[in-house]
Amino acid sequence: MTDQAIPAGDRAGKHDAVRPTLHDPARLRRRYAAERRYQAYGLAAILFGLGFLVFLFGSIIGNGWSAFLQTGIRLEIALDKSVIDPAGRGERRTLQTADYTKLAREALYARLGGRPADRKERNQMNGLLSANVDTQIRDAVLADPSIIGTTRVFWVNAQGNVDQLLKGRIDRSIPESRRQLSDRQLAWIDAMVATGEVARRFNWPLFTAGASSQPESAGVGVALIGSFFMMLTVVLLAVPLGAMAAVYLEEFAPTNRWTDLIEININNLAAVPSIVFGLLGLAVFINFAGLPRSASLVGGLVLTLMTLPTIIIATRAAIRAVPPSIREAALGVGASKMQTITHHVLPLALPGIMTGTIIGLVQALGETAPLLMIGMVAFVIDHPATPLEPSTALPVQIYMWATSAERGFVERTAGATIILLLFLFVMNAAAVLLRRRYQKKW
Amino acid sequence: MVDMSVKDLSESAAVAEPAKPKITARKTCVFYGEKQALFDVDVDIPGNGITAFIGPSGCGKSTFLRCINRMNDTIAIARVTGEIKVDGVDVYDRALDVVELRARVGMVFQKPNPFPKSIFDNIAYGPRIHGLVKTKAEAEEIVVKSLQRAGLFEEVKDRLAEPGTGLSGGQQQRLCIARAIATSPEVLLMDEPCSALDPIATARIEELMDELRQNLTIIIVTHSMQQAARVSQRTAFFHLGRLIEEGPTTGIFTNPKNQRTQDYITGRYG
Repeated sequence: MTDQAIPAGDRAGKHDAVRPTLHDPARLRRRYAAERRYQAYGLAAILFGLGFLVFLFGSIIGNGWSAFLQTGIRLEIALDKSVIDPAGRGERRTLQTADYTKLAREALYARLGGRPADRKERNQMNGLLSANVDTQIRDAVLADPSIIGTTRVFWVNAQGNVDQLLKGRIDRSIPESRRQLSDRQLAWIDAMVATGEVARRFNWPLFTAGASSQPESAGVGVALIGSFFMMLTVVLLAVPLGAMAAVYLEEFAPTNRWTDLIEININNLAAVPSIVFGLLGLAVFINFAGLPRSASLVGGLVLTLMTLPTIIIATRAAIRAVPPSIREAALGVGASKMQTITHHVLPLALPGIMTGTIIGLVQALGETAPLLMIGMVAFVIDHPATPLEPSTALPVQIYMWATSAERGFVERTAGATIILLLFLFVMNAAAVLLRRRYQKKW
Repeated sequence: MVDMSVKDLSESAAVAEPAKPKITARKTCVFYGEKQALFDVDVDIPGNGITAFIGPSGCGKSTFLRCINRMNDTIAIARVTGEIKVDGVDVYDRALDVVELRARVGMVFQKPNPFPKSIFDNIAYGPRIHGLVKTKAEAEEIVVKSLQRAGLFEEVKDRLAEPGTGLSGGQQQRLCIARAIATSPEVLLMDEPCSALDPIATARIEELMDELRQNLTIIIVTHSMQQAARVSQRTAFFHLGRLIEEGPTTGIFTNPKNQRTQDYITGRYG
């Protein structure tokens, strides 16, 4: 490069005049400068990337940390038998449909100085409570019907705007007419915060609850179960299938046009956009095989198809990385081909296979597009007990919350992203650890 | 009288018919795809002793060695014609089980290649897969015996559970020899076993070979003519895929019949 930069005539002249010496200070300086320059470029590229990463995590964590806290209101609720179960027969259906909201509201009125005669004022008080406050009380009653008739302490969810106020996202300085909470509501909240009756508590329901139209009672519980079922399907199907295909292709398959074709297609499949696998799943598993829509089994099958090429390629690379000298040693003492593979090649390739598998699983866990195609983007409230029941997946849940308008869903979106990222980090760390732990030992 | 005549007869028979060769090759050719690597090798290798294969790189000596226990099978494009017999049995016979052959014809490779397992398991592996040992005690007996024969026992007897890959290069190679003789083979093929070792480790291996040759047929491929002269009783010289000359080592080195052998051993090429 440098030589070409010098005009040809010049160079020829120089050569004639003096023999080039190895110690040419100008040349040396240029070489050192070039080395420093390249290092600086590399460093700049890494810093640029790191900067983006920090910004990304900063914004996700800044938005999402508050999702792990939820504002609750401490209420002493009298579980009035005449409201819950006037007939006293204790039927489950009666207990399920009772007006628990009324009980919670009465408790709040009592706390704030009696039931106001003014309907507007009542509405303002009601507005402090989450619209789903009844489910909390109902679940407690259904779990233990003997508490009917007693007075119990409940931490019920506050309405989304109250939650946002405590998290500092509502500006008190804007005029009352344009604020989500009125002056009176602010006064009530402040008084109860002072006594500790309104407080932020750790948000366990975020991990257990299903879908909800109210951000304060929505959680990733259903999505976690769905993602778990899908990962289970992928592990049970893709790992054995992928490993066996890779062993056959690497150790037994004859080298001919067919195996070449298969190899090319496996590499191509790894690059096929995931939405195409979603379409395939829709056509084959749902329309042809008649499996239920929105089921995590179908999601798992689609993700299996998607992960299979990754696992096959990783496994083949791991098998190929086992040095031929080990194979020769085994064959040399008279091990059969099968024995050579099962006793020596596979155990040595196992860390590589596991690493590849985990990377494939991480890919599958974060996949969204194919799941949209098979209807896993659904409003699922009840926890699925089997992989055949409707469910969602973590990334799909994030997608659904991201498209919701309420302020509360923004923090939920970021919170679910943190949960997803944590899973991915843990799995990636496991892959790295496996690689470190069983690094080449021959 | 009668006794004498019988004895005479048996003696004369022994003189008339030389010891049956352990390994015979007739018109052995090896092809790698289109390329022929070995041309019509005819050789008889007697039992119990060391035969050295010498020759410049790429002359086919390793290729021929690997035919004897069919290690060439692992190369998809390799094809062997002609015949090679060990104890009169054609090794390329379809009916022959290659696993059994390799237990009888052991092999030591250029680079020491112990399994990444314990020293004990390295040696016990062969006997175990061939069903030669049933119990732990039997395995222990074979491991100790093989290590003793390979002259390694004293050095490793306190660390049999440690990985074989943790030994020094020379120890690893002796471990590989112990592993190869653990299945009690009759023939031991050694493919440049000392080329990755220092002179002291090499000397130990050569001593070991000299002890083993009493009841083992050893064939060694070597680049070192000094090594061939030191350890072998017979030497075969290969050049460009052909067997040029074969005979007692002293004859090859002092009075070669072929000009190319002469040139090689005097260092004109190679």
